[in-house]
Amino acid sequence: MTIKLGVPSKGRLMEKTFDWFGARGVTLSRTGSDREYAGTVGGVDGVDLVLLSAGEIPRELAAGRIHLGVTGNDLIQEKLVQWDQKVEPLAPLGFGFANLIVAVPQCWVDVDTLDDLDGAAAAFRTRHGFRMRIATKYHRLVRDYLRRGGVADYQLVDSQGATEGTVKNLTAEAIADITTTGETLRANHLKILDERPVLESQATLFRSRVAEKSDADRVVLRTLIDRLGV
Amino acid sequence: MAQDIPYKSRVRIEAEAICDGFISAGAARFETDILLQAEVLLDLYGEDIRARAYVTTDPERGEMMLRPDFTVPVVQYHMAGDGFPASYTYFGEVFRKQEDHPDRRSEYLQVGYEEFGGANAAAADADVFGQFSGALAPLGLRAATGDIGILIAMVEGLNTTDDRRAALMRHIWRPARFTALVKRFAGLTPVPPSRAALLAADTEMPEGGVMIGLRSEREIATRIAALRADAAQPRMSSEIVDLIAAVLAVSETCPNALERLRDIAVDLPGLLPALDRFEARCEAMQQRGIDVDALPFEASYGRTSMEYYDGFVFGFYSETRPDLPPVATGGRYDALTRRLGQGRENPAVGGVIRPDVVLELGGLR
Repeated sequence: MTIKLGVPSKGRLMEKTFDWFGARGVTLSRTGSDREYAGTVGGVDGVDLVLLSAGEIPRELAAGRIHLGVTGNDLIQEKLVQWDQKVEPLAPLGFGFANLIVAVPQCWVDVDTLDDLDGAAAAFRTRHGFRMRIATKYHRLVRDYLRRGGVADYQLVDSQGATEGTVKNLTAEAIADITTTGETLRANHLKILDERPVLESQATLFRSRVAEKSDADRVVLRTLIDRLGV
Repeated sequence: MAQDIPYKSRVRIEAEAICDGFISAGAARFETDILLQAEVLLDLYGEDIRARAYVTTDPERGEMMLRPDFTVPVVQYHMAGDGFPASYTYFGEVFRKQEDHPDRRSEYLQVGYEEFGGANAAAADADVFGQFSGALAPLGLRAATGDIGILIAMVEGLNTTDDRRAALMRHIWRPARFTALVKRFAGLTPVPPSRAALLAADTEMPEGGVMIGLRSEREIATRIAALRADAAQPRMSSEIVDLIAAVLAVSETCPNALERLRDIAVDLPGLLPALDRFEARCEAMQQRGIDVDALPFEASYGRTSMEYYDGFVFGFYSETRPDLPPVATGGRYDALTRRLGQGRENPAVGGVIRPDVVLELGGLR
């Protein structure tokens, strides 16, 4: 048995993860061709690198197929029911910052708070005969947020990409999505509600609470965690 | 060697026995599909139901939902009929996601009993409560009762603007939001800077950028006008805030609660018709042999459940097993028959029992 470390398989998230581990004396690297998802771990014995899509890492941690994994806490909290019983956050990694926010058209000069959104939703339903549509892929987090915020008369519509365009395309009245700089939102004539975000996310190292470990694995895990200083 | 009767069979036997009891009380047996059209349920319960019900799609029929309860199908069935008074009983699987309580079952049986068309609401309320109380008597449960009708009458009777009453009415079932609205109307919470700026703007329609989306400029202007009109109104008085708090805090035995509410109604006379109905129900219960003097009443009870109850509400709980969900819940839902009745309405009151919880507590048989 070995300790399995799941890391995003491509892009800046992967590079920054490699850098973060590298700065702590644990060398992660891809092997083989650029297209092959295989990698090695240097600097500590008994650890396997598993390259995965960041979106799959929550599920793999919860299933115990990997012991450690790097992904955003937005994905962990959206995808795992009672996430804190399945994984433990060991360290925020200081990159991959993104906020999950609710945004409405800039021209809605009367809507800046959740209270406003609820008021507008009530009037919208009366006027149009259906509940105000909010496009998102983060259904659980957004529903929970709006319920706690006392917003009624809305519906979530699924949008897996180009969510900022849904308002202009008349398939939604508002959106809930991840944003870093807000530039795409502004370009699409949307503004962020003047409320705390649904979630503040960044890349985070998680430990699976359910993955099985031999005694030898425990030693390896301890060594790795000590080396990383988390 | 005889094998143990499987758990699900024992629950089913328990359910059948309870259902048979309702049949001998005169109810007709009701059956319906497990896969229901999602649209009508979503329209009724709002987005929150998605967090609790299983939604799936059918290529031809669109979004479908695994039956989250029987209320909507039984109301639709009754309202499509001849409109004569009728009572129904049913049992079958219902499906609820349990994100907050993964240890609880997401598929379980419900036994229901519903009375439609009873012209004497007090008698029908008392009868339904009596049926449940009688059926569950061997378990020694704690009963809880309330009356959403009193809360509705309270809001209707408030000395404030129509818009404020409408906003409060919309959120009767969301206690935190309701309280936040009361505080805002009373000026007890600071006006957010964005709202202050909007109200202070000297143009009718401040500049906001490109018009996109379905919500038109006119709708935005209408809401701004409404917000300005509301801001020009005097604040809701502290007397009204105190009255609302006093009503919501009532938690006594039925006779004491009635007396307390009558005291409050001196300053809030809009409550009186609802209190007369409460009193009539107490009398009807007494006549049916229910110990009303010991029956608890909480004005806030039932506010966080499904938002179709609009009158009497009740529940039965195990005091020895607070970890279990309620054994039974029910109430009056006249307004629901109006919404599903396509122009018709019919007084309706009923409730459901969880036979699995009954079994957990030792069973009735």
